[in-house]
Order: sequence, then C-alpha cells, then structure tokens
Amino acid sequence: MELGDEISPSVNRCVRALFFELDHRVIQGIQELVPSYRSLLVIYNSLVISSSRLREEIRVAYRELKHTPAPRFRTVRVPVAYGGVYGPDLEWVAAYQGISPEDVISYHTGETYQVYMLGFTPGYPYMGDLPEAIVTPRRETPRTSVPRGSVAIAQNQTGIYPVESPGGWHVIGRTPLKLFDLKKNPPALLEMGALVEFYAISEEEMARWMP
Amino acid sequence: MDAVETLEIGSPGPLTTVQDIGRFGYGRYGVARSGAVDPFALRVANILVGNPEQEAGLEMTLMGFRAGVLTDIVVAVTGGDLQPFLNDKPMQMWRSLLLHKGDTLSLRGLRNGCRAYLALGGGLALSTVLGSKSTNLATKFGGFNGRPLRKGDILRTKDLRRSLKATGRVLDSGLLPSYGKSWTLRVLWGPQDEDFSSRVQDTFLEGPFRVTPQSDRTGIRLSGPLIEKRPGRPDSIISEGVIPGTIQVPPDGRPIIILGETVTGGYRKIATVITADLPWLGQIKPGDGVHFEQVSMEEAVRVLREMEDRLAGFRASFAAGA
Repeated sequence: MELGDEISPSVNRCVRALFFELDHRVIQGIQELVPSYRSLLVIYNSLVISSSRLREEIRVAYRELKHTPAPRFRTVRVPVAYGGVYGPDLEWVAAYQGISPEDVISYHTGETYQVYMLGFTPGYPYMGDLPEAIVTPRRETPRTSVPRGSVAIAQNQTGIYPVESPGGWHVIGRTPLKLFDLKKNPPALLEMGALVEFYAISEEEMARWMP
Repeated sequence: MDAVETLEIGSPGPLTTVQDIGRFGYGRYGVARSGAVDPFALRVANILVGNPEQEAGLEMTLMGFRAGVLTDIVVAVTGGDLQPFLNDKPMQMWRSLLLHKGDTLSLRGLRNGCRAYLALGGGLALSTVLGSKSTNLATKFGGFNGRPLRKGDILRTKDLRRSLKATGRVLDSGLLPSYGKSWTLRVLWGPQDEDFSSRVQDTFLEGPFRVTPQSDRTGIRLSGPLIEKRPGRPDSIISEGVIPGTIQVPPDGRPIIILGETVTGGYRKIATVITADLPWLGQIKPGDGVHFEQVSMEEAVRVLREMEDRLAGFRASFAAGA
C-alpha cells in the first residue's frame, strides 16, 4: 500500500494510521505488517485471503481512518554523550557546516523527531527531519563497524545503531539506552510513530549509566 | 520433559545453522524473518520424523558436514543431494531412518542443489527467541547461541521416545523435487516494475542470468543483461519493507533476489518470485543459470494451492497411524 511519494511527517502519519487500523482489525490471512516512510507492506497468505478480498478489507479500513484516530504519539527522551570517543564525526560535521560542534549539538537537541520506520538492523529508528543547518550527506566511506548506541545523522535523517553493525552515517554521539532488547516485549525501545527528543549528557554521566 | 544429547558436531562445513520456518511478526521492529531458505525441504523433513512441520532443523550448506550420534534417534535428510552417508554407506534421503548411538552422519559433497536439511525426531531442545528458533546471523540471536554450529557443539533433542515410531516414512515420489543447474523462477511484476521500460522488462524475462559467487543467505546475486531503470529516475527509492523472493535492482543494474535476512531496502523491485517457487531459492547455487517467467496472480495462487494440497495429503497419510 502506497500512501504518498515523499518523506514527510504527514504521509508517514497516514501510513501509521492505516498500520494501526489493520493491526487492530486482525484480518485472517495477514501474516505481517511492515510500515515504512510512505508505504505499508502487507504480507498475507493468498490461500487464506484472496488479493481482491484483501484489497477490499484495506479499502474499508482506510475509509474508517477518519473515525478512529491512531493512538497518541509517545515521546521518548534520549540522553546522548556528544563528540569525543562517542561521536567521532561531530567535529567533521561542524567543519562541513562551518559551525561549532556546540552548534551542531544544539541544532540536534533542539528538534522533536518522528520515527518514520524501523529497519536496516533490529530496532534501528529512521527519524526526521533534521534542521536544515545540519543536513549532511552520508560518509563517503561507510564504517565496517559502528558501536551499539551510536547516534548518527545522514541527509535530513537521524538514527541510532541498536546493535553493533556496519554503517555509513556520521556518528555524532552515543546513548546509553538500549534500543533493542530481546528480553523485552516489544524488543524495540522505539516504535514507528514515536517522537524523540535528544538531550546532552556528559561523558561522566554516560560512563555512570553503563552497566 | 528432559532433553537428551543426541548429536555432536564433528565438522559444520562452510555454514550449518539452526532454522525453522521463520520469525514472523517482528518486521515492524526491523527484525528479519530468517528461517530455512528452502522451507519445503525442512517441512518435509519434519513430517517424515513426526515433528510439527514448523519445527527447527539443521540447514547444511554444500559439503563437509559431519556429526556423531549420541543416542538412538529418528532423523530425515532432505533438500539438495549433498551425498549423505551413514557411517561408510550412502544414506537415503527424503525418508526417516533410525540412527543408533555411535553412528556417524556425514555429507560427502554436492551432487545437486545447495542446502540439505536434517530434522531430528522430537525437535531441537532450544528456546524460541521472538517466537522462533531460527538463527539471526547478522544480529547473532536465536538458533544455537545466535551463531552457526561449530565442531564440538552438542545438540539436544526433546521427546525422543514418541518420535521413535516415525521411522521408515518415505516422501511420495510425486512430491519429490528435482534440482538442476538451470532454473525457471515464476514471478509477478512489481512493486516498482513501472520504473523499467517495457524493453527492459522484456530483457529481464529473456535473461539468461547466472548466479555469482557472492550469493549467500542474504541474497542471490545475478549477472547477465543489465537491467536499467528509465532515464531520469533517482538511483534509489524511499526505503520500505521487502519480502523473501523480491528481486531488487541496484544502480549497477545487476538484480539481487532477496532472501529472509533483509527486512527493508531502498532499491527498486522489478518483480517478486511467487511463493510456490521460493523453496528453489534455497537450492540455487553459484554458477547456476536463472530465467524468469511472468505469471498471473491467479496462476501463482493456483500452483501454491496445488503444492500445499499435496503436502497436506502427505502429512495426513501419517496422521491416522502416528
């Protein structure tokens, strides 16, 4: 299901609303729903429900959307130790933008971001939109390994690496929060549609936070 | 119910992992499905040993697997013919056999296909993680400690006694797949087929493609005629969910058939392999030829129903006596 052709909060809210509505309806034959920026992937068993029947169910759900508002947006505050060993690309981003590292931090913490989708690795939130002043193209050479908890930016998006993985975004800091935890249900700290605010903590606070 | 030590890995070969039918329902959190790349072979192996067909087994790749049997147990080997041997004699595939303590099970090398599956009667005594025993290799969880099997690993099985009855079951010859070196995969167009001109779509169907050595559990990479997007379209699309069997086309024009380890992607998807043909993806190996054939949605559903009906009939043939 495509609900638009751009990355924008409003298109993404439509995806989220339809995602919740279909999830809530528990339609026989739907195996899985994967929401993203502008589309909703509906994985279904074609022996249980036909594609035409499923399309009709989705159409009905879509029409109902205006009567059933999606759940409220949850706001999550995420502590970040910016720069230094935790954010090796902070200086580079500052130099690229011609501003100070402190400016980058205040731009990054000054915005409330919407989680557009989870993907790439388990629990990885694609969030936007960054303030224009720190919109930065991705790294020319991706890193083969980015530590867990790394907070990064690329283009007008920001993300957090929930597990150690390769990565091509600029790492500007690190959070002590666990973004993906198999012992929890759901295993991801952030879900699609959550709102995120970053706030700066010192390296000492970061160190104390770690187990 | 106590678990019993049943198998000790002597050699895992290039890649042996614990896989069941896959991890469903967590794509929304960015968690890939994983699971057997050839689910048909795993399901049949489970039916043969009397397990629920979604139970986990071992997925073994190409060659070199060897394991010692630690207690009497019913097993079945299905999938690609990697020449299974029981001690020093060839072992029959696609049927359940009683192995005895002290036996050695080994794979002598590839005859056809790419992956073999071993089901153990009673099922593997491993805990489910997010609803599945499949190994998520990228994030290292599920399966056996979240990793491929190694020499010296000991697998444990539950509920042995009941499953000892399920010996001597044989797959109906009508259901027996045959694996060659040249594959025709049936596809449905989309979701982004309109980003390719009808001439390029024809080229895609004409092929032929060859599977490159870079192929693995994450995807089957193809070389052949370049599949170029319409001029002026951006290199990538806005990232979205993908499913196993999706054929994505990166900017270099070389298609990749996505398998179960990927949950989202930002490349265009020209077509998608139909569900009934997904099991073949587990048996396609580097060097093989691949050819795509477009079918209608009705045809895709019809052949899937046919396959599932026959599998259900096979399963039911044991239900009464079991």
